Amino acid sequence: MTRSSVLLAVCGVAAAMFGFAAPAARTAEPVRIGIMWPLTGNAAAAGQASKAAVEVALDIINNAHPELANLPLAATTGLPNLGGAKIEVTLVDHQGDPSMAQQLTTRLVTQDKVNALMGAYQSSCSFTATAVAERYGVPFMVGESAALNITGRGFKWVFRGTPIASDYARTYMRFFADLKKQGRKIDSIAVVNENTDYGTSVGDAIEAEAKQTGVPVAIRIPYSASSTDVSAQVLQLKQKQPDVVIFISYTADSILYMKTMRNLDYRPPMVIGDDTGFSDPSFIPAVSDVAQGAMNRSAWDIGKPGSTTYKINEMYKAKTGRDLDDTSARNMQSLFALADAINRAGSTDPEKIRDALAKTDLKPDQLMMGYQGVKFDETGQNILAATYLIQLQGKQYQLVWPETAANAKLQWPMAGWTQ
Amino acid sequence: MVIMQVIVGGLLLGAIYALFSSGLTLIWGMMNFINFAHGEFVMLGMYVALLVVVGIGGGPAVFGIAAAGALFALGVVIYAFLIRHVLRGPMIAQILSTFGLALLLRYAAFWFFSANFVSLPGNALSGTIDLGGIFLPVAQVVAGSVAIVLTLLLQFLLTRTLIGSMLLAVAEDPDAATLMGIRPDRIQALAWGLSAGAAGIAGALLATAYPWSPSVGETFGLIAFVVVAFGGFGSVLGSLYAGLIIGLIQAASGFWLGVIYKDVVVYALFVALLWLRPQGLMGKA
Repeated sequence: MTRSSVLLAVCGVAAAMFGFAAPAARTAEPVRIGIMWPLTGNAAAAGQASKAAVEVALDIINNAHPELANLPLAATTGLPNLGGAKIEVTLVDHQGDPSMAQQLTTRLVTQDKVNALMGAYQSSCSFTATAVAERYGVPFMVGESAALNITGRGFKWVFRGTPIASDYARTYMRFFADLKKQGRKIDSIAVVNENTDYGTSVGDAIEAEAKQTGVPVAIRIPYSASSTDVSAQVLQLKQKQPDVVIFISYTADSILYMKTMRNLDYRPPMVIGDDTGFSDPSFIPAVSDVAQGAMNRSAWDIGKPGSTTYKINEMYKAKTGRDLDDTSARNMQSLFALADAINRAGSTDPEKIRDALAKTDLKPDQLMMGYQGVKFDETGQNILAATYLIQLQGKQYQLVWPETAANAKLQWPMAGWTQ
Repeated sequence: MVIMQVIVGGLLLGAIYALFSSGLTLIWGMMNFINFAHGEFVMLGMYVALLVVVGIGGGPAVFGIAAAGALFALGVVIYAFLIRHVLRGPMIAQILSTFGLALLLRYAAFWFFSANFVSLPGNALSGTIDLGGIFLPVAQVVAGSVAIVLTLLLQFLLTRTLIGSMLLAVAEDPDAATLMGIRPDRIQALAWGLSAGAAGIAGALLATAYPWSPSVGETFGLIAFVVVAFGGFGSVLGSLYAGLIIGLIQAASGFWLGVIYKDVVVYALFVALLWLRPQGLMGKA
């Protein structure tokens, strides 16, 4: 064998391995996106679930999926404005460590030369990683981290597709306004929050939004999530008689609240849990017999058979054996929004991608999530992000609001244990 | 009516505090040994109850006794393999050994049961009694009653029986006790078994009312220490009263001052009590 034929063979093998060989037409240079998540460590489960979701999203973008035609880029192969270029993702693991997220961002930008970035699950990691992206001038899509301070630092390169605390607060108020229109009584609400950063910030956002929309907050009860007894709180609520009680709680405490309310025979017209404890896998088995009708939020819904969301869920299920969850779905939606911007930019130039992101205007019917759209303000926050409300009926949550998307009827007042 | 509910609720909560403190009184109050793993014993009692309910079924009597038995055995084993040896070492070794034991048990539970919260399925203790507008959760009423019975049994054991006298003699002076024909090892092993067994019953009953994960021992362990110190070392009845008082204060201050202040009030009173009466409520100076 001559030296040149060896070289040719090696090239051939390499080409086959990397999939360069196939199309006769001139292949466009792939678009590289760097994504960082916790793939090991405490939050590994969330990172791994999102990883599977992104693989589904890449399949939808890179291959033709005419059955999902309402999503931009689904019907076509690759990004049409870039000559059908495919998206390649470099996925790295920051283990939930903010300083590692910082180093990995530098590596993705300088060595892997990615065109855009996405991540990073933990707010603390998104916070440090976005600062690096800003320095290098590479667009960073924050997939689903919720802390307020990630946007609003005057950054030009940071965008966030997911709803944050104030969006959830606005959703609750719109829900109340809807109920009032239907003639239901919402004279006052109560906000019960665990007293660390999470509960306090969400509680503040809800109180502020309630004030603005003229819904009186009868009582605000901060408490420690490690309490072994919550009777005092429940008795306080019982005295004030609010029409809705909103809980911003972790797992043990939300279960304890539901049980204590039953023990003290206190059943308000409605209880709304702000995700977290109410979404914990142990919540429904523990309290489904006493908390019938309790509400929760989720921006993701599987939807009716045949719908786009249902088909996406089937694809995800075929890969993982599980239904798609809210967190991973929000990440998927953020990646779709980023890909749409890159396609509109028609280029892998970071500056052009950034400008296209800033002009993003996706309508509700172009999304897989229950947002009212994707449109970024000057801080990079999606101002049309919103969420669905779901209700515990039997042994699972059903989507009950907004009515246009609902698959079950809202039960009001909640039945609690009286069924 | 609300005042009555607050008072009743506080007393029931206090009875539960007394319940999971009773085992600690024996080891710490009587034998003068600080057991940091007490909260973990309670936690293991909760998991034993869950395993029994899920594995073979049965009501509170079944899983309560199973938890007591399992923890009694564990208490004896821990004495034989750990405590017996560190007793010969300096005080600091005793403290660190049970602290290490607590971490070992907690993280073993994480490994074995995972960090997810669990709770017992509905059972005979799930209901509520309505006394004309005052609500008494059955689980808490039973836990409170068992606490009182356990405390009285323990008090009887220590003051009226031969075994009790032997326990006290060994605690007082193991060498002198040996000379009197008592075998300190056996007596101490029994004390550890009883202490852990009481924690096991407490755990099984708590499991009927609370969701938990392997870190629950931290929360309950701390309260147990405060209850025993408040009640006074060496007084079994003292920790029953202390539990009731602390429960009552927590409920009242939580309701009228706000829940974030309830622990401040309790610990302020605790410090004040120790300042005025360092031996605790009923301890001997």
